[in-house]
Amino acid sequence: MSDQQRPDTSPPDGKGTSQFFQDLTGLGIDWRSAVLVPVLAIITALLVGVVVIVFTDLEALRLWGSDPGAALSKTWSSVSGGYKALFVGSFGSLRAISETMVGAAPLILAGLSVAIGFRAGLFNIGTEGQMLIGGMSAILVGVAFQLPLFLHLPLALIGAAIGGAVWGAVPGILRAKTGAHEVITTIMLNLIALNLVVYLLKSSLFQAEGRTDPISETVAVSARFPRLFGYLHDSQVRVTAGIIFAVLVAWFIYWLLFKTTLGFEFRAVGMNPDGAHYAGMNVVFLYGAVMAVAGALGGLAGADQILSILYRGSPGFSAGIGFDAIALALLGRSHPAGVVAAGVLFGALRSGGQVMQVETDLSIDLILVIQALIVVFIAAPALIKAIYRVRTGRAADLPTTGWGT
Amino acid sequence: MELQLRGITKRFPGVLANDSVDLTARSGEILGLLGENGAGKTTLMNILYGLYTADEGQIIIDGQERHFEGPGDAIEAGIGMVHQHFMLVPVFTVTENVVLGVEPTNFAGIMDMKEAAREVHEISSKYGLEVDPEAITEDIPVGIQQRVEIIKVLFREAEFLVFDEPTAVLTPQEVEEFFGIIRGLRDAGKAIIFITHKLKEVLKISDRIAVLRDGKVVGHTTPAETTQEALAEMMVGRPVDLLVAKDVASPKEVVLRVDDVFVTDTRDQITVKGLSLEVKAGEIVGIAGIQGNGQTELVEMLTGMRPAASGAVYLNGEDVTDEGPRGIHSRGVAHIPEDRQRRGLVMNFTITENIVLNTYYDPPYSKGIVMDWDAAAAAAAKLVELFDVRTPSISIPANSLSGGNQQKVIVAREFSRDVKLIIAAQPTRGLDVGSIEYIHGRIVRARDAGVAILIVSTELDEVMALSDRLLVMFDGKIVADLDPTQVSATDVGLYMAGATP
Ligand SMILES: Nc1ncnc2c1ncn2[C@@H]1O[C@H](COP(=O)(O)OP(=O)(O)OP(=O)(O)O)[C@@H](O)[C@H]1O
Ligand SMILES: [Mg+2]
Repeated sequence: MSDQQRPDTSPPDGKGTSQFFQDLTGLGIDWRSAVLVPVLAIITALLVGVVVIVFTDLEALRLWGSDPGAALSKTWSSVSGGYKALFVGSFGSLRAISETMVGAAPLILAGLSVAIGFRAGLFNIGTEGQMLIGGMSAILVGVAFQLPLFLHLPLALIGAAIGGAVWGAVPGILRAKTGAHEVITTIMLNLIALNLVVYLLKSSLFQAEGRTDPISETVAVSARFPRLFGYLHDSQVRVTAGIIFAVLVAWFIYWLLFKTTLGFEFRAVGMNPDGAHYAGMNVVFLYGAVMAVAGALGGLAGADQILSILYRGSPGFSAGIGFDAIALALLGRSHPAGVVAAGVLFGALRSGGQVMQVETDLSIDLILVIQALIVVFIAAPALIKAIYRVRTGRAADLPTTGWGT
Repeated sequence: MELQLRGITKRFPGVLANDSVDLTARSGEILGLLGENGAGKTTLMNILYGLYTADEGQIIIDGQERHFEGPGDAIEAGIGMVHQHFMLVPVFTVTENVVLGVEPTNFAGIMDMKEAAREVHEISSKYGLEVDPEAITEDIPVGIQQRVEIIKVLFREAEFLVFDEPTAVLTPQEVEEFFGIIRGLRDAGKAIIFITHKLKEVLKISDRIAVLRDGKVVGHTTPAETTQEALAEMMVGRPVDLLVAKDVASPKEVVLRVDDVFVTDTRDQITVKGLSLEVKAGEIVGIAGIQGNGQTELVEMLTGMRPAASGAVYLNGEDVTDEGPRGIHSRGVAHIPEDRQRRGLVMNFTITENIVLNTYYDPPYSKGIVMDWDAAAAAAAKLVELFDVRTPSISIPANSLSGGNQQKVIVAREFSRDVKLIIAAQPTRGLDVGSIEYIHGRIVRARDAGVAILIVSTELDEVMALSDRLLVMFDGKIVADLDPTQVSATDVGLYMAGATP
């Protein structure tokens, strides 16, 4: 009877997006707190980072008992030295800026992948796996053909996007059709992708000739992102057109989300699937579609990793970027512009962290601590609110000064 | 005890929600608080309950000024609030819900549910609030859930009880019981503040009445000194026609035909059981019935949101049984849903976005896949003006509108389309008398222009006044097809209860 015939377009679990999810991902908030909370979270995380430095500097801690003056200056020098190295290493020179951008490009693309999921009310943990599949597709195209750059590179990117989209759409469709939660399915697909990559890299399709370890052929030069400062012939300035591509993609996602009917549908489903269903939107299709787009973005992030930096595939070449992307999307409040800013910040932390590790006794793990702290403060805006006594969150809580009447 | 609000002022971006409001509530008294949609009633009560802080003004209890940082402080000061949307945990028992957050513990610090159940029982028998302390909350009707909310407030030893539109979700029978309860509370020495849009209720239950308009108190009165008409005029600032003015209908061809449908609810229980009906162009058909007799599922099925288990639905002769929501409303059907916050609106979307929520995919709001936000904003601006939605701007999210203004956004959207059939569930829930007059006028005008209209409402007065033909729904079926001018409300009530007069 009609039960079977009518396409079921309703949300599978009939539940709206929770208030917590919206607060966490920054969906329903006004732009003032969307800017204020992340900025305060970063500042707070850097300050707490100071505390971590102080309490892990054992030498200085020992000195406090005998010679507080020396201890103080020792502490001061490790804190200031560390943060100075962090800054110099990320923005202090052309090479540093270049490294920051090299890190930022895949982070931005991966961050967009997570963010667009958030916008549609989905928790895409699968970016890591989508990167791997996308990267492998890029390798396939990059190795198989000999074409001019203006054809080869776009083709490799399209291949990566399609690979990632297919990988991403699967959990979307499962969620829509069966209600299987995308957090579980994307995590599972990450593991599958990880092992699939190892398997493929040892297969004749990918494995480099004469190698027994899992490693692929290098992609043709015509498939690579060209270096922006190639004319300098300085092999240390590695930044490629990948960063420009990432920013253009961010702009495109902004346009898609806020200027198109499909974006309107994505956002409506994200805020209120029941309302979207009422409005005649096909929630089942949209869950699949948004995860396909998220997967395509993840695939592009993987492609950038290959076509800008590595040029060949090895196990786990996604390097955890897909997981950093979750933190990044949260920090960027699920907005493309925020993701770009957060991507540059995380890129800077990575690049500066390496310099910091070399030049001071501080471990690069401090960077992970700072990133984690940022996420904690974003996830618990109440904490930020309490620390700075600012009003954050919903329009309801907005301070009313300066808006007239 | 005496509670005084003095000079309370509260600003939101672009809105002066409360403008130096003075208000007094006393023990042993029921204060009725009236006012247009957006007049500032809810805001004022949220300030009293510590949810918002006032920009100016004082809260004074028994001569002592109090400052509330949050609801915790307000509760401590003896203020209790029953929200319009209940805040109960569905899977908890009544007792668990009541003690949530203030669980009694024994000497070892372990929760003492026996003691809790005893206290719940004590409160419920003292104030005549009959409930089963062991019942699971989601299994009990709305009216009883409201009692649980009241017990919750009393359990926290509230002396001042605020009710924000408590009767909007109750059946007439439950309203009577509710009145009995709050009279009991008053006689036990509690102070009650009661917000409603139903003038009859205010006159019936209040000891004093205060009226808000544009954030200011515009008058005080008592039921003995006033009438519905006078109250309406005081609220809106002009005389309001409280009766629906309409000529006799001249029905034409059948627009909607429902043929022996069965529908199941979310728990797979059959709730619509072989129902048939017809709505013709140019007539208003009302469906009266007590909540929970299948009306919700019927409307959802008719609007494509829920599949029919069997039977058929025809729209202008075309079989639309298997159409989804898009298929239904693209065939010229408007739908005002029962649950405005869950379905009718995307609360975080702006007014503009909500206005185009189900028409965004067609010109002029989009070309191909590109949205034309200027066209959408122009439409929103026009409708906000026409339907008198009180808002500082069309680009603020729906969740910063007052409850009644949210409803107006939905009605504006659905009435602004060119439609053949309007299906409206509780179309005027939460609206003030002025807006009800306007919307009833629109419904009658649509009918006269040849639109078929189906109204489902638990508000008996409203369906009786508006309908040309009145159907009564009981236990999933239509049990009576009546002429509302020829039948008494009492008889309709009997049909609604499943009896025959
Ligand atoms: N959180 C908020 N942010 C911005 N404006 C708000 C907010 N809450 C209320 N307002 C505005 O304050 C005014 C008063 O709203 P309030 O909810 O108090 O009205 P009300 O009298 O309860 O109306 P109703 O009868 O429709 O429930 C309205 O104009 C509304 O738009
Ligand atoms: Mg209100």
